[in-house]
Amino acid sequence: MDALVSQLFAGLSLGSVLLLAALGLALTFGQMGVINMAHGEFMMAGAYTAYVVQGIVADAGVSLLVSLVVGFLVGGLLGLLLEVTLISRMYRRPLDTLLVTFGVALVLQQAARDVFGAPNVDVRAPTWLSGAVQVLGVGVPKTRLFILALAAVCLAALALVLKLTPLGRRIRATVQNRDLAETSGISTRGTDRLTFFIGSGVAGVAGVALTLLGSIGPTLGTSYIVDAFLVVVVGGIGQLKGAAIAALALGLLQATFEYSTTASIAKVLVFVVIVAFLQVRPQGLVSVRSRSLA
Amino acid sequence: MRALALPAAAALALGLAACGARTADEPEAGGTGTASGSSCVDTSGDSIKIGFLNSLSGTMAISEQTVRDSLDMAAEEINAAGGVLGKQLDVVAEDGASEPTVFAEKAEKLISSDCVAAVFGGWTSSSRKAMLPVFESKNSLLFYPVQYEGLEASKNIFYTGATTNQQIIPAMDYLKEQGKKKVFLVGSDYVFPRTANKEIVAYAKANGIEIVGEEYAPLGHTDFSTIVTKLKGSGADAVFNTLNGDSNVAFFKEYKNVGLAADTLPVVSVSIAEEEVGGIGVDNVAGQLTAWNYYQTVDSPANEKFVAAFKAKYGADRVTSDPMEAAYTSLYLWKGMVEKAKSFDVAAVQEAAGGVSFDAPEGTVTVNGENHHIAKTALIGKIGPDGLIYTEWSSKEPIEPDPFLEGYDWAADLS
Repeated sequence: MDALVSQLFAGLSLGSVLLLAALGLALTFGQMGVINMAHGEFMMAGAYTAYVVQGIVADAGVSLLVSLVVGFLVGGLLGLLLEVTLISRMYRRPLDTLLVTFGVALVLQQAARDVFGAPNVDVRAPTWLSGAVQVLGVGVPKTRLFILALAAVCLAALALVLKLTPLGRRIRATVQNRDLAETSGISTRGTDRLTFFIGSGVAGVAGVALTLLGSIGPTLGTSYIVDAFLVVVVGGIGQLKGAAIAALALGLLQATFEYSTTASIAKVLVFVVIVAFLQVRPQGLVSVRSRSLA
Repeated sequence: MRALALPAAAALALGLAACGARTADEPEAGGTGTASGSSCVDTSGDSIKIGFLNSLSGTMAISEQTVRDSLDMAAEEINAAGGVLGKQLDVVAEDGASEPTVFAEKAEKLISSDCVAAVFGGWTSSSRKAMLPVFESKNSLLFYPVQYEGLEASKNIFYTGATTNQQIIPAMDYLKEQGKKKVFLVGSDYVFPRTANKEIVAYAKANGIEIVGEEYAPLGHTDFSTIVTKLKGSGADAVFNTLNGDSNVAFFKEYKNVGLAADTLPVVSVSIAEEEVGGIGVDNVAGQLTAWNYYQTVDSPANEKFVAAFKAKYGADRVTSDPMEAAYTSLYLWKGMVEKAKSFDVAAVQEAAGGVSFDAPEGTVTVNGENHHIAKTALIGKIGPDGLIYTEWSSKEPIEPDPFLEGYDWAADLS
């Protein structure tokens, strides 16, 4: 029973990490169709932001909260820069964007190596996040609860922005039919930029959160980018809801397989399940029905 | 068109990202060439060429740069003290670029076109295995400074790091002495951890220790919640950790966060040295155990001098670690062999090698003429709150190297 509860939690927790990593991507890849291979490096930038902020703000608790905000801005501004300088020139050319952003990812990794040095660095977790709390009889690490909550907050905030705000309406209109949105007087360029800013900002937030779990190094992003794309593809391109369900499902699957087999085999099994699933539902869990011909 | 291109591009994206996560430690088949070829080493002048071959770029650069630093320092010291057989060392430095094939190419270049008398370097087993046939066919000498998985002995390679009976077996001896009965094994999924764990399982069987779990994580694995859950439920009273690189950070953070602690469930690690402690975060590993043959805190006049010289040359914030010390020692051992042989000739050096010893920072080490490894004292250390590692237990005497574990009955079925 204990094992069941703790595995259930491990799965949810892994799912929340995947969701944080994939949320930004669900916006930029899912909504805008831009394959941004540098998304992982925006997470890396967020993680290093936490490291830098901790150097300035001594209290680990305060610096974590400050980092979440600064991480969002750093990730967002990097994304904005990338959008304005490169991606805006190649909308509707996904393969070109893929290669260009892969190059940008390598540049950012090397830049991090040059600025912060090749060895990994460490961010101290605040004391109120160290240790575990008892949930249904099992010890659950507080850091993981924090990340679960953070993922939920980010998801809710993004969903609200998309559903209720004028910006959200513009984004959805642009996604569903770019030409019609443009003729209706929406500045699709401006919308693109803002979407990219928000999506990349969420990657920065994810990076800050990851410092609680693992190491901070130049290649941090590469460990997550594949899983993040998987979540978006399985979830169904263009839908936050799909990404959320997919992230939790993949997390639970990975945790279950890993518990009953080994970590390496579990990775393989998860891939097998995904491939089989995409055979049955190539459009992913949730698909957008629109009249656009794109 | 766009609708079609997207899934294809996504697939390509996944492929590209997967390529990014390359591993550095895959083994490669090592040939056993026969010794031949004549040497072009020039011994007529007042200097002698030697080669340093370490990765200064790529994934291994973090570790191998530190080895290069201590090699450079040893060469400077030897030159300042009059050189070897009255000849100044002329170092030819090359970058192995974390690629076994590059190591083999550069080794070939150092031997054939630079005509060096000996080469110092290599880190991963795959780089050593790639260079081995080059050194054997060109009949030159390689000094390899890192602990490894054993089961190898080439007359053209001198192994100055520990083999398994000088690191892993003493660590198990220590756990046994502490009364540990249930050991949990966790490692990265590649050759070194799997080989090491095979030996540990055989040792445990012969010594009444139960292995309550054996888990491998893919290299670069970042989520250890399930493995730690298994660890918690296993009833283990000690953990033997052969995880590599970043995975250590994720593992120790998870270990600490679920409320496990070093005094009740200690983790013995074989790939965490002083250099790595900072990156993992001292808070996360303080109190945990490591198995090596050298720590910066070793109390000996030779080490005091070594650490002081290193800090003076590279900065007070730098630390010294086992592979760095083994590399430093390797240059002095070569000097000892050459001086004993009174020649730079490979055959003469090989002939003279047995019994050559050096007062190394780790203590006195002696070359074994049979298997070209060196006798080293095993040290179990505890990571202190200051990030340094302090000796907790020592084998007292240097342990004779036994790379094929021939002296251990329980190891008969291995290899």
